[in-house]
Amino acid sequence: MELVKLTIDNRTVEVAKGTTIFHAAKELGITIPTLCYMNLKDLNIEHKPGGCRICVVEVEGRRNLAPACATDVSEGMVVKTHSVRVLNARRTVLELIISDHPFDCLVCAKSGKCDLQDMAVKLGVRDIPFQGEKSTYKPDFSPAIIRDMDKCIMCRRCETMCNDFQTVGVLSGIHRGFESVVAPAFERDLDHSECTYCGQCVAVCPTAALTEVDHTNRLISDLSNPNKTVVVQTAPAVRAALGEEFGMEPGTLVTGKMVAALRQLGFHFVFDTDFAADLTIMEEGTELLDRITRHLNGDKDVKLPILTSCCPGWVNFFEYYYPDMMDIPSTARSPQQMFGAIAKTYFAEKQKIDRKDMVVVSIMPCVAKKYECTREEFATDGSPDVDYSISTRELANLIKSANINFNNLPDEDFDKPLGESTGAAVIFGVTGGVIEAATRTAYEIHTGKSLEKVDFDALRGFDGIRSASVDFNGVEIKIGIAHGLGNARKLLDDIKAGKSEYHAIEIMACPSGCIGGGGQPLHHGDSSILRARGKAIYEEDKGKALRKSHQNPDIIKLYDEFLGKPGSELAHKLLHTHYHSKKDKQVLLD
Amino acid sequence: MTSIKLKLKESDVQKLKEVAKTFNNDPGELINVLHKAQEIFGYLPAEVQEVVAEELNIPVAKVYGVVTFYSFFTMLPRGRFPISICTGTACYVRGAEKILDEFKRILKVPVGETTPDGKFSITCLRCVGACGLAPLVTIGDKTYGRVTTDGVKDILKEYENEE
Repeated sequence: MELVKLTIDNRTVEVAKGTTIFHAAKELGITIPTLCYMNLKDLNIEHKPGGCRICVVEVEGRRNLAPACATDVSEGMVVKTHSVRVLNARRTVLELIISDHPFDCLVCAKSGKCDLQDMAVKLGVRDIPFQGEKSTYKPDFSPAIIRDMDKCIMCRRCETMCNDFQTVGVLSGIHRGFESVVAPAFERDLDHSECTYCGQCVAVCPTAALTEVDHTNRLISDLSNPNKTVVVQTAPAVRAALGEEFGMEPGTLVTGKMVAALRQLGFHFVFDTDFAADLTIMEEGTELLDRITRHLNGDKDVKLPILTSCCPGWVNFFEYYYPDMMDIPSTARSPQQMFGAIAKTYFAEKQKIDRKDMVVVSIMPCVAKKYECTREEFATDGSPDVDYSISTRELANLIKSANINFNNLPDEDFDKPLGESTGAAVIFGVTGGVIEAATRTAYEIHTGKSLEKVDFDALRGFDGIRSASVDFNGVEIKIGIAHGLGNARKLLDDIKAGKSEYHAIEIMACPSGCIGGGGQPLHHGDSSILRARGKAIYEEDKGKALRKSHQNPDIIKLYDEFLGKPGSELAHKLLHTHYHSKKDKQVLLD
Repeated sequence: MTSIKLKLKESDVQKLKEVAKTFNNDPGELINVLHKAQEIFGYLPAEVQEVVAEELNIPVAKVYGVVTFYSFFTMLPRGRFPISICTGTACYVRGAEKILDEFKRILKVPVGETTPDGKFSITCLRCVGACGLAPLVTIGDKTYGRVTTDGVKDILKEYENEE
């Protein structure tokens, strides 16, 4: 490796050739401020467009200041990162950016968590000397994401996530100069684009240009309505990340505190999406087993591989991009929707609550779940099975605004019956978890034997695309796993091209699965945080008395009392769905 | 940017596919493909951009980004008599802006758009290298030099009986 020696702020450092000034400075413990730069190391994404110009530094012998994130070091280079010239330029650049930004910080959704606001504080901006026209755009309200481009600072991180990582390609910089903005093709709104609502753009936006649709106020009003019974369900990934919002170490499990907080907030029943995840395994596992058995028996019509269908971002993705493969995904609804369907039928009947008086709210690590609730097929006579979904971040804000001392809450248990779950359900929150849970149940049902080792290490890990084989009593079942839609695309294209063969595939839209979801506390691409969350999920699984979905006593009871058996007519009506091609959606809507 | 609705004929789609093919369907040739496409259709409606995106395997948002970035590309059909007013430095100091305003006033369309009858469109261009004739206007292939505000209506009169 060729090394280059240079001086930064009077200190010498030696770094590999090709290193940027930004990284060389880091070696010396100097963090050069920036607004647009983003490094998602474990996802192999480094976004350094050199666009914001906040990271400018002075390089001896160069006439102009250089953007540190986009300038490579050279031998003998002398760099100053905080000369008067640099500091003045940096502040002027920031003042110019702010001069075209609204001043509504006090009431902004990102206030207190905004990179632009932080930078203004850091650089001591007290006055904007530049007066003039400001960009004004019509806000774009979709069911899951709000685009308010008046607040866009053209860092273009969202574009990198949407194009390079997810390969969805909805967002692009358009027009030029003062008119430039990030938008979908032909400035359509998101709802009329191929947006999957994965929310990875929201997760990296430095300002409030991209935010999730916020249902907090709606929730507060429902909770205070004496005529409503408000039921909550919490997704597995939430408990492994919520603590971070209260200063806890990443990977701290806060299941009990979360339940206590929800009860204090006034929810009438605190239930667990994990219950529905066990139910998903019963339905999806049965479907998986059925398709594989038919395939092994020589049925040529059976469609394999079976693809998981829990992730609404992924469902959107294949509805847009793989309309020819629509008969491959499992027809099982996601756990969120199974929960809603059961809560508003089985549970409502038990409690003698009228459907219209029950509000089902979900707490999700996800932005796309907000959209999933609104899909027409998940409603009865216009009344949705799940009324709305709030993100982990929204829940944290709600707990804070309710003045609940989260860190000191006692651990409490979920209510019954829709709060009972097994370890298999918990691992839905991490990449590989759904297929591992399905394998645990499918193996036992297929072989009639009890699993000696419940942990399938071969299915775990954080590589973007993984494959593994599981021995089903002499029959080799091939399993594929992908997280991130770009990886999903690669995997699907290989299958289409006949390059790889699988019996079953799990796909999650977000990096590392739901623990890295678009609605989670921001991880800023630090994969050690994602790994810690994953570890927490596997810990909770290990600590459960029951670790296979088909052992969940309340699931067994649900089938006995209500559904009959997996795949029954009623189960199909309430727990399964169908998909629509969205390939021509945009054109049709024009 | 407003756009004119257009249903592409199958033969038009084929033409575009061939254009993309002559550039090996290489995404790096996007600008060249768009140039050719605009040569064929006169402008780049959304439907054309969608086919180009599909053929070069790039997101249509990216194609739209390039089309809106370069002023040469247009999503609106040009008039049968496209009027270009030079607003380069020499023409500008000799009153090009007033000339432009006069065209806009008489034809009642803003820059970049076409009259409802499809006859005239107005665009600005930067220096055609005939600064001695400033301010300069071109209509189609015809050039008008030392144009005055009063002269604008006379120029348009020439096209009164043309269709």
